[in-house]
Amino acid sequence: MNIQGFWRDFSKYRVMLLMLAPGMLLMFVFAYIPMPGIILAFKNYSYSGGVFGSPWSGLDNFRFFFTSGDAWRVTRNTGLYNIAFIIVNNLLQISVAILMFEITRKWFRKVALTMLFLPYFISWVVVGAIAYNLLNYRFGLLNATLKTFGMQPIDVYNTAEYWPFLLVFIAAWKAVGYGSILYLAAITGIDTEMYEAAEIDGANVWQRIMQITIPCLYPTIIILILLALGNIFRGDFGMFYNLVGDNGLLFGSTDVIDTYVFRSLMLANDIGISAAAGFYQSILGFITVLLANYAVRRYEKDYALF
Amino acid sequence: MRNELNTETDLASSLPKAQPIRSKRSDVILLNIIGYTFLTLGAVICFLPFVIVLSSSLTEEQTILTEGFQLIPTDFSWKAYRLIFERPGEIVSAYIITIVVTVVGTALSLFLMSMTAYILQRKDFKWRNHIAFYFFFTTLFHGGLVPFYLLVTNYLNLENTIAVQILPITMNVFYIIVMKAFISSGIPKEITESAKIDGAGDFLIYIRLIVPLSKPALASIGLLMALVYWNDWYLPLLFISEDNLVPMQYYLYRTIQNFAGIKNAMYGSGQVVDTTSIPEQSMKMAMTILAAGPIMLVYPFIQRYFVQGMTIGAVKG
Repeated sequence: MNIQGFWRDFSKYRVMLLMLAPGMLLMFVFAYIPMPGIILAFKNYSYSGGVFGSPWSGLDNFRFFFTSGDAWRVTRNTGLYNIAFIIVNNLLQISVAILMFEITRKWFRKVALTMLFLPYFISWVVVGAIAYNLLNYRFGLLNATLKTFGMQPIDVYNTAEYWPFLLVFIAAWKAVGYGSILYLAAITGIDTEMYEAAEIDGANVWQRIMQITIPCLYPTIIILILLALGNIFRGDFGMFYNLVGDNGLLFGSTDVIDTYVFRSLMLANDIGISAAAGFYQSILGFITVLLANYAVRRYEKDYALF
Repeated sequence: MRNELNTETDLASSLPKAQPIRSKRSDVILLNIIGYTFLTLGAVICFLPFVIVLSSSLTEEQTILTEGFQLIPTDFSWKAYRLIFERPGEIVSAYIITIVVTVVGTALSLFLMSMTAYILQRKDFKWRNHIAFYFFFTTLFHGGLVPFYLLVTNYLNLENTIAVQILPITMNVFYIIVMKAFISSGIPKEITESAKIDGAGDFLIYIRLIVPLSKPALASIGLLMALVYWNDWYLPLLFISEDNLVPMQYYLYRTIQNFAGIKNAMYGSGQVVDTTSIPEQSMKMAMTILAAGPIMLVYPFIQRYFVQGMTIGAVKG
């Protein structure tokens, strides 16, 4: 592109560019300016030196992150939790969507969907408060119920083993309505002629579900799962932090990269370690997103992100 | 679950035309039993926690301390709410901050995102793909928390402002894509073409034609953005330390995590009141109801716009 042509276009598009400018500026400030900041992972940050003036420290920050075992723990937790979320959420959401579709009472569908969708609308802070209400050792509803049946109370907030199940359950609870609506929309888009033909051929309900509904959902399922796999190393900070917080007893089974980065920065004030873990996550995330997109592109070009 | 018994007889009349009337078949009956049971159970599990929190907030503190939180309050008491509203300064301030952030944030976000989306779908704009990628790339790669945090605190000096609760999340790339798809497939090109021939400029076309014609998409995405702003607590967690700038969700977060601090803020450090009688547990639950309440009240009425917003993205995107 020659310079003259560029300026000619620039003046031709000046109104459009002006209209794009504020949004592009916000993106530039809050997304692009921080990007070169990843070099902090290789620096010994000091407030007087700032991002560019602080001395280099080579791989020191990474050395601690990896040799302490933290890196492996948070990577494993992040990955495994996300895989569990993807499997459980999709199975549940697809089941709900199929049953919703098969059930013909309109008022029931409406009421059930409204209730299932409700958790999506509240913040993770509120979810944290609800969990506190139910699971709290002294006053929690769970223990109150156990006590009335003469059973021993459970100390959920001090027992790491319960949390993988709890977190998977809570994640499913919060996402079930949203995902079911997406799948229900996909099912509603299936050509009804197929169902009519199956009915004429004498197919029963299970055959109809297994051989029409589910196969027709495959593209949606595969795309949604591949895209979710792209974000497998991004933990849902709001969820983990509001449910677990800074409770060190649970870190073994609940600490994800995002909570680790946050804690290193805000509580330990260790900018170097936090930056190193953040850098590691950015690179890992970038690679997995590219891989996922490549897989989507191979599967169905139209659905690829780019 | 009580409906199952008469389901078989009613089903025939309510079946859509696509399905022949054969409701007495055993597979249909079984499916209905599974369907109604499973969905009822799911709906109850999703809804019940809210009932428990509400009834906990209305229970006498002493009962909570001895018997724990309960599904149905045995010992009804307004005390938690009464105490909160006796000194409403903090909670009113938190509501005001949340409302300002939500209203200003949603308006700004809708304006900038729809304007961006309109330009990016213009086929006569040669650079549209490059600029679309400029936006899209930010979803692939992040600088991470540390550079972002240092930028806001040390370089932009936006700590303890309303702006920092709004600006970093104003541009949502996914919603820009949804809006772009809506404008390019939902608004006939002829309308904008003829306006162009009449001499209307790009901005005028956007304001006079695109905005009114995109109302359904703007309503849906506006509600989704409003939800994001209403529920945000992460930006305040990072950047807000001054009490008078704390929004509702973050206020709840602080109540749950550090009740002593909230108590001091409410009653001042020179405690005139005997704070040992403050019902901590029921007040925490009352605060939860106050933080989630407004959304839960309006939600049933606006639910369908959310569904529309989600499905525009799913079908057309």
